[in-house]
Amino acid sequence: MTTLTIDKAGPTRKAKYGSMSRDRAWALRWSYFFLIIFAIFSLTPPIYMLITSLKSSAEISAATNPWWVFHPTLENYVGLLTSNQFLRFFWNSAMVSIFVVTITMLISVPAAFALARMRFWGSTVLATGVFLTYLIPETLLFIPLFKMFAVFGDFTGIQLINKWYVLLILYPTLTVPFCTWIMIGYFASIPKELDEAAIIDGASWFQTLTRIFIPVALPGLIAATIFAFTVSWAQFLYPLVFTTSTDQLVMPVGIITTLIKGDVFNWGQIMTGALLGAAPPLIIYAFLMDYYIAGLTAGATKG
Amino acid sequence: MADVALQPNRAATAQAARKRSSLQSVLQRKSTIAFLMALPLILLIATLVIYPAFYALHLATLNKSMARFVGLGNFEFLFKRETFWLVVKQSCIFAITAVMFKALLGFIIAHFVHNIPAKGQRKWRGMLLVPWVIPPAMSTLAWLWLFDPSYSAFNYTLSFFGIGPIPWTGDAYWARFSVILVNIWVGAPFFMIMYLAALKSVPDQLYEAAAIDGANWWQRIWYVTLPMMRNIIAITTLFSLIVTFANFDIVRILTAGGPLDHTHIFATWAFRVGIEGSDIPLGASVSLFMVPILAVAAIFILRDISKRGNEA
Repeated sequence: MTTLTIDKAGPTRKAKYGSMSRDRAWALRWSYFFLIIFAIFSLTPPIYMLITSLKSSAEISAATNPWWVFHPTLENYVGLLTSNQFLRFFWNSAMVSIFVVTITMLISVPAAFALARMRFWGSTVLATGVFLTYLIPETLLFIPLFKMFAVFGDFTGIQLINKWYVLLILYPTLTVPFCTWIMIGYFASIPKELDEAAIIDGASWFQTLTRIFIPVALPGLIAATIFAFTVSWAQFLYPLVFTTSTDQLVMPVGIITTLIKGDVFNWGQIMTGALLGAAPPLIIYAFLMDYYIAGLTAGATKG
Repeated sequence: MADVALQPNRAATAQAARKRSSLQSVLQRKSTIAFLMALPLILLIATLVIYPAFYALHLATLNKSMARFVGLGNFEFLFKRETFWLVVKQSCIFAITAVMFKALLGFIIAHFVHNIPAKGQRKWRGMLLVPWVIPPAMSTLAWLWLFDPSYSAFNYTLSFFGIGPIPWTGDAYWARFSVILVNIWVGAPFFMIMYLAALKSVPDQLYEAAAIDGANWWQRIWYVTLPMMRNIIAITTLFSLIVTFANFDIVRILTAGGPLDHTHIFATWAFRVGIEGSDIPLGASVSLFMVPILAVAAIFILRDISKRGNEA
């Protein structure tokens, strides 16, 4: 093969370059063609949400072309945004997410610092354990946790089930392991000279963390914060199991349990609710895409 | 440290102080501080992850009213039920098919994104990752509406091609197909983003060398890209296998296990039995069946990670 090409290197080289660039042009065209197909596949559901949210119930039940809005109206948005119940869901979701993000950061950043920089008995085992915990899905734990909280309520008289703040205890089990894991990765990548210099200058461990590690690992911190927020905003199983009264529900469960009444599906409102529920993560993603992707890939590429 | 070396006097006084209160010295030791910093994490994992995991084992041995120890009675009962075997079968079909297609689709999309000029990649990547960003519970609602028996937008479109109304969620086989389709839609972008990161890390020289040796595009993928990405592919697939196997949101919202339990997987059936049917021990036993496959996947991931740690 190689000897043959060397033999007629002179004349064929130019032709081969030409065919290569033609190949590349075709490859490019095919790439765009398939990317457009995949983009349509990816964006159909969210766009359909938007289309349906702009329709009145009359237009939906008239079964005209579902892909087009003939009489756009904002009545679904007005209806939901003036309903106390819906605002309550939004408020609950926002409270839960903000508190969970705070709790997660307060637990995972010091722990990641300790695990990445300061050795103590069992620290390597713990680092592996943190990663293993991240692999345990919530669907494995929700039944024993439900029973645990019920028993806890019987013993102490503190009723946690069916209160929105029970989610503040539950969500960190989903967010803390991953956030700790990626923060260990970011902290470990900080050069040792930096904190040695700080210690020599008389900084305490706490000061080293707040003055050196947090500012330097800020991108990782942002990625972890975004992750914690998205997870707690999107979580569906725990609120479905642990909260039932309508004033304690968060967005995803609230929309599904209150807007779907028996067999009557008010699809205009459901789609509006779904779109509003998807909005906060989408907005964060739109502005902080690079951090979002960094957090996504960090779990597997770091460490 | 530095001033200890310079001023021995001060070191002596410090030592004296340390002797005075040994508790204080323990508290100031580096490992103690580190342990205290990690303590909230340890407590969280111990009380809310490890304890419930073992509590589930205990629950699984009780009878429905949780008053009597029945040993392996719940498992015996499950093994005799046809629904249980249906759930086992469906969970495996669901997880394996969905992960395979997600991995394949993610690989293909990542290649196409990687092919186009670098300045356009950001835009496409942004668009293609949207399914992963939307909370799955919300996007599944949109799918449910797209699959609606009487107003399905898909059936409307397909009717122009003469393809008759498809019972997306009404028929057992179509319902399985729909559930897997939605799962692929949600999960493929994750693979795409991981593979894209991996593709970028493959040095260009390798492709140039392959091209000089006369490799065609297929040989370049088989002999250059795949070996270079093996690690990422393995980790992403195993990770996705865990998440898919334990999926709840999509099946719950799209079909709730129906029609006639033909789309139930472990998580949704455990919820149906344990929470809705208030037979907590039986629900716990059902969810425990997820453990073996999760454990196997976890062992492989861990082996991979520690291997990479040793290389570094």
